[in-house]
Amino acid sequence: MADEETKQIEEQELDAVKQAIEGKEAKPERIEEEQHIYKQVKSIVFSVLSPKMIKKMASAKIVTPELYDKEGYPVDGGLMDIRLGVIDPGLRCKICGSKLKECIGHFGYIELARAIIHIKFVNIIMTILKCTCRECGRILIPDNKIPKTRELLDQIEKESGIEDRRQKVKEIITSLKTANKCPNCKAKQRKLSLEKPTTFIEDDKRLSPIEVRARLEKIPDNDCEIFGLKVPFVRPEWMVLTVLPIPPVTMRPSITLESGERSEDDLTHKMGDIVRINQRLFENINAGAPEIIVEDLWDLLQYHVTTFFDNNIAQLPPARHRSGQPLKTLTERIKSKEGRIRHNLAGKRTNFSARTVISPDPMLELFEVGVPFTIANKLTVPEKVNEWNTQYLKKFVENGPEKYPGANYIIRPDGKKKKITEETKEASLEELQPGYVVERHLMDGDVAIFNRQPSLHRMSMMCHRVKVLPGKTLRLNPAVCTPYNADFDGDEMNLHIPQTEEARAEAEILMEVQTQLISLRYGLSIIGCTQDAISGNYMLTKDAEMKREDAIDLLSAVGLTEFSKLPRKSVISGKEVFSALLPEDFEFEGHSRSCDRSKDKCDKETHVVIKGGKIISGVMDRNSLGEESGLMLRNIHQKYGKDTSIDMLGKIFRLGIEYLLRVGFTSALADTDMPESAKAKIRDDLDIARKEVDSLIAQFREGKLETFPGKTTQETLELRILEVLNKARNETGKTVAQFADKRTHTMIMAESGARGNLLNLAQMAACVGQQAMRGKRIDKGFEGRTLSHFKKDDFGSEAHGFIANGFKTGLTPAEFFFGSMTGRDSLMDTALRTPKSGYLYRRLANAMQDLKVEYDHTVRDASSKIIQFQYGEDSIDVSKSENGAINVKRIINTT
Amino acid sequence: MLGEVIIQKMKKIKFKVDKHILTPKHSKLSEKEKAQLFEKYHVTSKEMPKILRTDASLRELDAKPGDTIKITRKSPTAGESLFYRVVTDV
Ligand SMILES: [Mg+2]
Ligand SMILES: [Zn+2]
Ligand SMILES: [Zn+2]
Ligand SMILES: [Zn+2]
Repeated sequence: MADEETKQIEEQELDAVKQAIEGKEAKPERIEEEQHIYKQVKSIVFSVLSPKMIKKMASAKIVTPELYDKEGYPVDGGLMDIRLGVIDPGLRCKICGSKLKECIGHFGYIELARAIIHIKFVNIIMTILKCTCRECGRILIPDNKIPKTRELLDQIEKESGIEDRRQKVKEIITSLKTANKCPNCKAKQRKLSLEKPTTFIEDDKRLSPIEVRARLEKIPDNDCEIFGLKVPFVRPEWMVLTVLPIPPVTMRPSITLESGERSEDDLTHKMGDIVRINQRLFENINAGAPEIIVEDLWDLLQYHVTTFFDNNIAQLPPARHRSGQPLKTLTERIKSKEGRIRHNLAGKRTNFSARTVISPDPMLELFEVGVPFTIANKLTVPEKVNEWNTQYLKKFVENGPEKYPGANYIIRPDGKKKKITEETKEASLEELQPGYVVERHLMDGDVAIFNRQPSLHRMSMMCHRVKVLPGKTLRLNPAVCTPYNADFDGDEMNLHIPQTEEARAEAEILMEVQTQLISLRYGLSIIGCTQDAISGNYMLTKDAEMKREDAIDLLSAVGLTEFSKLPRKSVISGKEVFSALLPEDFEFEGHSRSCDRSKDKCDKETHVVIKGGKIISGVMDRNSLGEESGLMLRNIHQKYGKDTSIDMLGKIFRLGIEYLLRVGFTSALADTDMPESAKAKIRDDLDIARKEVDSLIAQFREGKLETFPGKTTQETLELRILEVLNKARNETGKTVAQFADKRTHTMIMAESGARGNLLNLAQMAACVGQQAMRGKRIDKGFEGRTLSHFKKDDFGSEAHGFIANGFKTGLTPAEFFFGSMTGRDSLMDTALRTPKSGYLYRRLANAMQDLKVEYDHTVRDASSKIIQFQYGEDSIDVSKSENGAINVKRIINTT
Repeated sequence: MLGEVIIQKMKKIKFKVDKHILTPKHSKLSEKEKAQLFEKYHVTSKEMPKILRTDASLRELDAKPGDTIKITRKSPTAGESLFYRVVTDV
């Protein structure tokens, strides 16, 4: 490219920069009423600043590390030079003429005494040096192949985008790195290596930054372009600094402490170091100091400039304050969660929101949220005054900010906001007229968005209706804990109040709890009965009976007002009470948990059959009512829609709890009592197992144990022992299941699926079982044994973590120790896994956030690239399916 | 007695990934089919998924860059599903 042309482009570029920085300079006298000019950005070039450009865009040359003179006035040519922008109120900028906060600041520059490698470009410099000739500076591709390479790159860019071109450039570079002879001048290439962070070594000799820069200068413009460096926007030698831009003071303001002392920003400190060392280097060079001293200073300058850009370089000690705390320099300001991008730009804070501890209230509807008065008094909803609601809104203003329901502000039509206080109340009431807006307190029925972090799926933010309640916690129906993944061990949740009609409409239509009932992950109800609600309904529908009055009492407590579905008898069964909640025409058939699924036709009495809205047979348990499984709930939703199903779900939930409140429900120690015969059987089973283990060990010691293929004899022994012990534990489990009293509440919880299972019961009543770490019996500890009181090479069950006792009888000290080992191991495991999987999820979600199912059922990314030709290969919207499949049979039957 | 020596061609005894039971069926689309496919999805080869020319499953297809490969896979959700990829050099 001709020199003239280069210059021209440079000039244009500079003008653009100048305009951006000093746009106001053109007419400084009309700052207040300046005209806005709207322009569209046509293109943006990201490039590297040239030394020329750095000088041209600078408004001051920095020559001294001093900041202020004796009077406390900024030194000319110092780092706080007034030409770099204003940070004092009342002053006007010398350069652009604007005041504090209007002047965005101006760059300065320092002339570096010797060239310095820019730490962020070290890798690029390295690859370029490796791919070009050390003598003539040409790229290590033969001249006749260069046009072909360019063509290939252009073609790739045209066909599959810039990303692939970059990929190809990388490939070319890796292929060039191994070349050892220049195809142009035939010079032999030497071995280059990088001594991190910034030292280049060629055949054990150090390349100074000056030499590096000289080599980069030799590379012709045309060769640069193959690396993706477009001249005149970038020249490789600009990656080695000869001048350093000094950021404006506005991005590193000093703070005045209470004592009147000035405290400077970390960046200013760092640049002070740079300027000081730079000055000394200049002086030493000019004085003709020995090269060793100059080089030492040069290295020091390199260190300061490097840490100015990035203070977290692995090989360098971070620069620190006197207090020992590391400086936050440029990279630290931008990077990571606390950096400018994720904290300030991508992170948002919001008004009209509240946060406190949550607690459960099953008497709330599922779509409600209980809000404390103290919060309702602070959060407001703007309501526009018109001739029909003036009287209604005046009442709020009358109540003022203290008395609920009142109002905190009125907004005049011109947008002026006025606080309502006891004193201004009368005046506000007087002036209130159509066109004004009243910000009234939160009231029952207002729309709110409820959220619990981490917001991993869309059900983490749902729209609820406000219900103002006494107390200090936010309250929610325990049935919606699942989508939020909330519990009440101190969890806090956030509440947001939409402020415009549009926002409210959007929240209602898209985010209401009713619309989120069916999971879009597995096509079943996410919200369902939990815990007591399941065991209550199980007990009720199993064999309960009650007087008609009691049934009506129960149902009205649940919220039912219409009792005609109850049969006209004096004694009513639990199934009939439950049926009163079901629609008249509801039909359903499904297995309960205790059903036998292996048979074609289930004949268990617990098999659920509902005809004409009545339970004919079966019990309600987790299979029908539970979250993430509730098939009956899924069917109700399919047939009657979201509003009926959420209403019914709320009632069923309350029915279970209300019933338990009436009959009482408790888990007693005696629930795990076993009859003497059962205890004897358990003892016998364990004894047999112990003996079997002993005989296995004996066989092993005699060398008579048959080895499994692919295993050592030792491993075989371990496997056989594990097998025997597991069998024994399962046997005790069976015994417990067989002898346990089915009417005890612990058993009811296990059978209905509300909480716990038979294994937990067996561990309490009979035998805890083998403790395993990494799939093996415990073998850690001392040499040849697990604990010091065992004999060496004892392979017996007790010595390797088999807990023969149950939790009720109590563990021996050794057993307890083994139990603690696995307990601690699993605790560690969860503690380490949670952040790992969280980060994995974050990366996955970020990688897939722009994928979208198009109208032609393809899944595409933001650039219309096809990811899947048919969504999920079957085009099924899981949220509209039953557990991922479509029930064709029912569709045919119903139409 | 010595057994006889059997000489086999390397090609015959080499392991063939494309013939393996777990490798889904790959076939080349004709120009007409390719045009129909692109028309159906309103795409150019830029928006299509890619497959490397040197991919082992293309070994016997004689595929050149620009060709479209049809992949017939077993699918847990749909029984059998079709996927298409354009052959590339990079
Ligand atoms: Mg918690
Ligand atoms: Zn200014
Ligand atoms: Zn050369
Ligand atoms: Zn059944």
